Amino acid sequence: MLLSVLDLSVRFGQVEPLSGISFDVDRGEILGLVGESGSGKSLTAMAVAGLLPLVGGRIAQGSVTFDGTDLTRLAEAELRAYRGRRIAFVTQNPMTALDPAQRVGEQIDVVARLHRGQSRQGARATTIDLLTSLRIPEAAAISDAYPHQLSGGMKQRIVIAMALAGEPDLIIADEPTTALDVTVQAQIIHLLGQLVRERGLGLMLITHDMGVVAQVCDRVAVLYAGRLAETHNAAPLFAAPRHPYTAALIGCIPREGMAPGSLTGIPGAVPSAAAYSAGCRFHARCARMEERCRTEVPLPAPRPEGGALACHHPLGAP
Amino acid sequence: MSLARSLAPVARAARTPMGAIAGLWLALIVAAAIFAPLIAPYAYDVQNLPESFQPPSSAHLLGTDEFGRDLLTRIIYGARTSLSVSVISIAISVFAGMVLGAAAGYIGGAFDRAVTIVVDLSWSFPEILVALILVAIIGPGVTGTMAAIGVAYLAQFTRLTRAQILAIRSETYIEAARSLGAGGRFILFRHLLPNALAPVLVAGMLATGDAIILEATLGFFGLGAQPPLPSWGSMMSSGSALLFKAPWIIILPGLAVAITVIAINLFGDALIRALDIKTRLREA
Repeated sequence: MLLSVLDLSVRFGQVEPLSGISFDVDRGEILGLVGESGSGKSLTAMAVAGLLPLVGGRIAQGSVTFDGTDLTRLAEAELRAYRGRRIAFVTQNPMTALDPAQRVGEQIDVVARLHRGQSRQGARATTIDLLTSLRIPEAAAISDAYPHQLSGGMKQRIVIAMALAGEPDLIIADEPTTALDVTVQAQIIHLLGQLVRERGLGLMLITHDMGVVAQVCDRVAVLYAGRLAETHNAAPLFAAPRHPYTAALIGCIPREGMAPGSLTGIPGAVPSAAAYSAGCRFHARCARMEERCRTEVPLPAPRPEGGALACHHPLGAP
Repeated sequence: MSLARSLAPVARAARTPMGAIAGLWLALIVAAAIFAPLIAPYAYDVQNLPESFQPPSSAHLLGTDEFGRDLLTRIIYGARTSLSVSVISIAISVFAGMVLGAAAGYIGGAFDRAVTIVVDLSWSFPEILVALILVAIIGPGVTGTMAAIGVAYLAQFTRLTRAQILAIRSETYIEAARSLGAGGRFILFRHLLPNALAPVLVAGMLATGDAIILEATLGFFGLGAQPPLPSWGSMMSSGSALLFKAPWIIILPGLAVAITVIAINLFGDALIRALDIKTRLREA
């Protein structure tokens, strides 16, 4: 297994916005990390890369095993050797993820030069190859452009190229398509999927869009309010969601033949980390709520058909 | 940043009407300062008492002073003193201010608080006061004036750079660089400083105008360049006693100061518009 997150908890002072998260990502595999805003997806990503101290958080419990090494035990200097070189990030908003004062080509070059020790010319050749493989026409001309001269989709490809330039084993993409047009979103998602298959990378795809997950992910981990709701392979999860929250998220994907106006959201909102309720954190918004959901925390339990489920009263149960 | 790209905004600024006029005057005065020995019609320090107090004529285009020295020659050499003192002192000030401001903004903590307190304290004194105290300590002359002006403007550039660094530090591309393994020094030199550069340089250009006035003021008090080396300030000082007898002695160097400072400000404004950084200067 390339990445194994086990029972991970994150704390900010007294607040614990993330508790008991476990999931795996293997090479050549795409894991979708889904949930609404505020469910802890990005925090999970930062915890994996050891970037929590930047925002004032710390890992309180659990392990992040990457290729046999527990990253939670490494010092910052050792972690830095992993970032960009073995674990790379694709950030949320490509509009602001590039330095406006540098040509985009230089920003990709420097990753290969620092992490792979390539010469200036070698790095430039790598960059042009990368851009070409990301289906950027006239890669040489584009690499001489400044970020403001490029479109959003083009910038996101540049950000992906920066992530790939260190030839990492794992890419963490934090909502890579939210800031893009729908047509470009599909292109970028397919591109990422293709890269994973061709290069045997692991990809952790963070998104709130179940439609995107259904398109490319092999496995899915559903987060709600800092806890794991359900993990499973993508196909059976979409065919038969067990957790009411998963079912509700899937219900938010528009489908063919829907009557106009019949698309419903999930009533209510994700509670803030400082005000998590006792028991199951989803109970206030859940249609299948029982009495013990108010008081007893449902812990993720492995299920016979694979994956894990944290629910007292799952769908498909009497 | 390539040279062509850094000069592009300057070219854009020079194409606006105001920028063109201002730029032309500045180019003229800089050329005069550089080539002073070639274009000055007379020697700046040779006295010619029989020809003193001559009003502008064909022999002396701008007239002569109380020692019969050619005023045009002295204004050209004065440009040398004024420009070199103000440009060099502001350059030192910008450089030191950037180092100090970047360090404060980047390191933060107790160091940042210490720098901020000192900067805010010196900010509450007028530059002229700081400069006068420093010249009194260092002693009058060109070097003393440069050091005094440099220190007097240090607070401004430290503040501006620090504010820029703080604003840029929270940009997504800094976070992105960090998530790809960039270290502190890399982020400071590759991302923070280049992006903070433009507003600081423009502020430096505008401050050069102020520095010319400050240099002239110190010269007027006899604390700047020492005779016989001419400076616009000391020329005005010697002319002030002769205001009614030979008004051109004070008016002409005064005009040189005024026009040059106005030109610098106009060109600076054109540059601000060309760089589109007005809001960034204001927030600092």
